[in-house]
Amino acid sequence: MENTTTHHADLHRDDTAAKIGMWLFIFTEILLFGGMFIVYSVYRFRNPVAFHLAHEELSIPIGLLNTVILLVSSATVAISISAIQKSDKKVALISLMITLLLALTFLVNKYFEWGAKFEHGMYPGSELMKNLGHGDMLFFSLYFFMTGLHAVHIIVGMVLLSVSLYKVNNGAINSGRYALLENSGLYWHLVDLIWIFLFPLFYLIH
Amino acid sequence: MTEQKEHKHEPNFLEYQGKHRGLMGWLTSTDHKRIGLMYFYAMMTFFLSGVIMGLLMKFELISPGQQIMGAQTYNGLFTVHGLTMIFLFVIPGVAAVFGNLFLPIMIGAKDVSFPRLNLFSWYLYILGAIIVITSQFMGSGPPDTGWTFYAPYSLKTNTNVVAAVTGAFILGFSSILTGLNFLVTMHRLRAPGMGWMRMPIFCWTLYGTGWIQLLATPVVGITFLMVIAERTLGIGFFDPALGGDPILYQHLFWIYSHPAVYIMILPAMGVITEIMVTFSRKTVFGYSAMLVSSMAIAFVGYFVWGHHMFTSGMSSTARWVFSFITFLVAIPSAIKVFNWTATLYKGSINLQTPFFWALGFIFVFMIGGFSGLVLGSLATDIHVHDTAFVVAHFHYIVFGGTGFAFFAALHYWYPKIYGKVYNGKIANIGLVIFFIGFNLLYFPMFYLGMVGMPRRYYDYLPQFTTPNIISTVGSWIMVTGLLIVIINLLKARKGSGKEINDPWDGKTLEWTIASPPILENFEEIPVVDHEAYDYK
Repeated sequence: MENTTTHHADLHRDDTAAKIGMWLFIFTEILLFGGMFIVYSVYRFRNPVAFHLAHEELSIPIGLLNTVILLVSSATVAISISAIQKSDKKVALISLMITLLLALTFLVNKYFEWGAKFEHGMYPGSELMKNLGHGDMLFFSLYFFMTGLHAVHIIVGMVLLSVSLYKVNNGAINSGRYALLENSGLYWHLVDLIWIFLFPLFYLIH
Repeated sequence: MTEQKEHKHEPNFLEYQGKHRGLMGWLTSTDHKRIGLMYFYAMMTFFLSGVIMGLLMKFELISPGQQIMGAQTYNGLFTVHGLTMIFLFVIPGVAAVFGNLFLPIMIGAKDVSFPRLNLFSWYLYILGAIIVITSQFMGSGPPDTGWTFYAPYSLKTNTNVVAAVTGAFILGFSSILTGLNFLVTMHRLRAPGMGWMRMPIFCWTLYGTGWIQLLATPVVGITFLMVIAERTLGIGFFDPALGGDPILYQHLFWIYSHPAVYIMILPAMGVITEIMVTFSRKTVFGYSAMLVSSMAIAFVGYFVWGHHMFTSGMSSTARWVFSFITFLVAIPSAIKVFNWTATLYKGSINLQTPFFWALGFIFVFMIGGFSGLVLGSLATDIHVHDTAFVVAHFHYIVFGGTGFAFFAALHYWYPKIYGKVYNGKIANIGLVIFFIGFNLLYFPMFYLGMVGMPRRYYDYLPQFTTPNIISTVGSWIMVTGLLIVIINLLKARKGSGKEINDPWDGKTLEWTIASPPILENFEEIPVVDHEAYDYK
């Protein structure tokens, strides 16, 4: 028998299944953040004034910039999928590279935003945080935890997009086979979507 | 049956040699059957170590005062026993073992949709298990919070909570990926003619389970992440001293962990349905009622988590609403019991070991179910909350339900998995001893709880002595039965056995192929032209 242990896995290809799988996984991600949103709503409901005052410490321009960056990057990843469907490898590559660049910019912004907080002694477990009122502390704890978790997802998304970029380049992703790129794109939209909720919840509350 | 000879030319899934041989051939295999068996072997190891912990605790409780361990050891033991049994055995349990082994075959597929992801899930399971187990030996001692990790104690205790919670998080991830894989498989890989309404009930229960795994597990995942962040970074999510709310932890925990009970029991109900049908030689009574009730249990199960918290501090409106919805879940569960018994009616009953296990399941499941109503009802729950009554109830459901179904499934599919036949007589003797021991072990706890013995203490008042002795002796009898059952199966594995593809006259697809099945199950994908249980 020349049956190898993996060959039957490779023989079978089902792009629709891959896409259903990705959608189901996205549901789990939404529920993961859903748990956080529940915690956020409970504590905001209990500490409305503190949350309002604390949010003024966050910089709306940086948050807005990051929102625009992610929205544009969602568009570019969509462009790359359309391009690959039309066999336009060059456009697909360029738009994927732009997406990755935008993702990196997002993280750099985040780095400076967090860095500024850290410099003021504002980070989880710091003396300053411990001396804050409960409401303020919960606000900043949630801020660091939720945007941190989101940043982890940005990194995962960047890994997926980089693999897609590599595979578009060597032709493994082409107009006949682009499930991986499409799924990476779906994941990227999810990351974007979560930010669309995080931005107003932390930066824009009244 | 005439094709039996032809199958002989092809090596079965236990034998074939791939790129790697021996143990590596298993560890790198993406064959769903091998993965199912790898889950099985790992799980039995964890299950038996959990049993030993249970035995030790029961021995400690044989009379008042300290016998073999102090309070802290006992706290560690019930936590580790709970973690092992819940996260390593019953939650993956029937679904990961028998779902992996038989779901693709029962819908006429060669494998699951994502075989490599399936293997990855197994590795995540093992990784999570290793972390949970090392948490018992490393650091500052085994966690002593109970498997529920209630805040704020889980945030304050110096024991190894972070490792245990991390392990549980990884196990949850493994569970999500298995559920996802099964769902996609059922959507995409049903054989030609295998419509949704022709799927065996076991597949339907796995379908419901898959959705619960997907939609409930992430909530506990994020909760565990918050506990980890709170312990390592000092973020005050649940610690009241830092403005957090410990009750919120309980809500988030039970939003997952109550549906998790249905992750445990739904596939078990599926197995029992298959067995009732096969051994009555008659199609299931109320096929669509069976699948609708499975989906109803999965759905309603989301909205009952509050009944774990009747004494924790909730508004009285929330309490009666949760109590009411809890009673609603009893309806689809009862539909199942009625349908199983109705399936027997005018059936041509074949008295074999798997059937006896299934009958045992129905008996203990009903006791567990009825005692659940006592706990779901507000007034009575407040009387027995956190007593031995609760311990008895969930052991009747989780061990009596899922555990019985697990062994029922094992005896039912054993000839298919290994191509060997076990000694039915010894299996039955083992079952009877197990059954007697089980009831002696857990039934006195109902009484003890009613008269006020709290759970989770290594000591008790002298007036509780007699029932505790009965219970401890019961634990010895039960384990004797368990050992007989396991040794009997191990012996059968080594024995010569007979070539037998359909020992029970089953009608689902797994009985149409060779035992043990070949690598990709079917020589040709079957075309299904009949209902799930096609008895004439």
